[in-house]
Amino acid sequence: MKEYLIYLAQSHTNFRKAELESLAELHNIKVDLSTHDESSPFMIVKLENDQDAYNLISRSILSKGIYEVWGTGNNLEELHESIQKESKQYWDTYMNTSFKFDNISYQGGKKSRNEQLSLFESFSYLAFQGLIKMKKPDQVFVILENYDIIDKKPSPKPNKMYFGRQINLSARSNGILDEYEISKRPYYGTTTFDAELALLTCNISQIKKGQITYDPFVGTGSFLVSAGYFGSLTFGSDIDFRSLKGKKLKNGRLIDNFKKYNTLNMFGDVLCMDFTNNSFRSNFKFDNIICDPPYGIREGLKVCGTNNEIRMKGKENVIIDGELAYLRRDYVQPKKTYSLDLLLDDLLKFSGERLNIGGRLSFWMPVANDEDIPTLIPHHENLELTFNLVQDFNKWSRRLLVYVKRDDSYRGRTVTIDDRLVSNNFRDRYFTGFSPNKRDQGR
Amino acid sequence: MKFLTSNFVMCAVKSCAGSDKSFPLHFSECKLELEEQDFNPDFIISMLERLNWDAVLSVAKDLGNTSLPVQKPENIEGNEVLLKDLHSLLLETQIVEGKMTCGNCQHIYYIKDSIANFLLPPHLAN
Repeated sequence: MKEYLIYLAQSHTNFRKAELESLAELHNIKVDLSTHDESSPFMIVKLENDQDAYNLISRSILSKGIYEVWGTGNNLEELHESIQKESKQYWDTYMNTSFKFDNISYQGGKKSRNEQLSLFESFSYLAFQGLIKMKKPDQVFVILENYDIIDKKPSPKPNKMYFGRQINLSARSNGILDEYEISKRPYYGTTTFDAELALLTCNISQIKKGQITYDPFVGTGSFLVSAGYFGSLTFGSDIDFRSLKGKKLKNGRLIDNFKKYNTLNMFGDVLCMDFTNNSFRSNFKFDNIICDPPYGIREGLKVCGTNNEIRMKGKENVIIDGELAYLRRDYVQPKKTYSLDLLLDDLLKFSGERLNIGGRLSFWMPVANDEDIPTLIPHHENLELTFNLVQDFNKWSRRLLVYVKRDDSYRGRTVTIDDRLVSNNFRDRYFTGFSPNKRDQGR
Repeated sequence: MKFLTSNFVMCAVKSCAGSDKSFPLHFSECKLELEEQDFNPDFIISMLERLNWDAVLSVAKDLGNTSLPVQKPENIEGNEVLLKDLHSLLLETQIVEGKMTCGNCQHIYYIKDSIANFLLPPHLAN
């Protein structure tokens, strides 16, 4: 085992460990991540070899890069001492390869060109003979520094330094967030799911090549283009025909986003469907189900049916131009309101039945922070909850819940709304500003 | 809707779930278009495993194609002609307009602007 340094993004820090754990499992990498610290962008891990290090970081969204550790110290002198003591066994291998030096400083001020050069020159005892190449060198050696912030300014000297050989940069460092930025897509809307979190959700779901992924509330398809990026064939459905049809026929549909990203062959299809009356054949299995269920801030949650049984009575017999009205091409299916709790129960039941063993259900659930949250989380006997990760928005939060479909030997318990007793009336709470009084009146 | 997708969908009416007549749906009055896609033989081979071949034959016949082998093809790695035919049929053939009828309850679903609509009227929903 060798030591490697992971340089992490200071973004959604409470999702970072879950992402690394998931990527390690995806690539069959054994790694202990227990030293992860949300407040630090640096983390030392022990890994079998460079290949594992390369794979662990390659598609990461919340990591930036990974480095073979040559030395560490609390200041430059200590760093040099450490390198000369710990890393001499590496030096010969890179004696004649082309290389360059790089410097990454977290929270540090900008160095002048001369300051940087003199920093690099202090490593001259390594005595590399290879060509220095700024573009595509064989090796990149990096000095990583951590600075404290004192009185809103970086401390004059770093308080922690690392020196390492770059093994790999992540998808994030290679520009994936910029490339997948929502506003650059041919088709997006006001509720399009954030690109960074959609890609991250796919990593935590271990979505990969050769799989089939389904988003039952596909909307403008942020999860599907992300799953397509990771090589999964994707299907989506939505009750809203307009969102599937897109803004315009030419370069304004969901499929055009796949064209833009050169992943057209990962676009399976999108269908207009009420999730609770699903038309996927029951023996067709998915590897992943991934979604942000419609909790209905904008228009309330809808499924097919009617809230007014009396008014609709006999409507199935209405005939227009000799045809049953409901069988005509221009018939518009009425919708009724539905509860988020029931929908989540449906989602878990469907996933319990339709996922391949080892497949994952991942979805986002909004909840007011003063609710008794554990009691609001749905469970299904075939699904094991593996992650419950929180994105906090002051009065409410959104949780990423990830479940793995287990085989028959797994004995989970089903917890539906009947057992939960409290309902996740997120929408009502949202419109009353999460005021506690209003909530109590409503009960 | 892609031809491929016809192999994965059945009648959405719950009481049709147990009937073997609710899959595949019967296609009629269809307007087809070819949407070009890169040829990926490995993808076709792996997708074959997931396909119900009788349903492929049934929908192909509805659309006027009776040239497919009666048995699901096996070991077709070297058969580029068939792989290309399947690629063109399954992935490139778009049904842009048409009707899909359930053989059990006779409910009709429409494909409009390439999107299949499986929404149900109130008396068939739940």
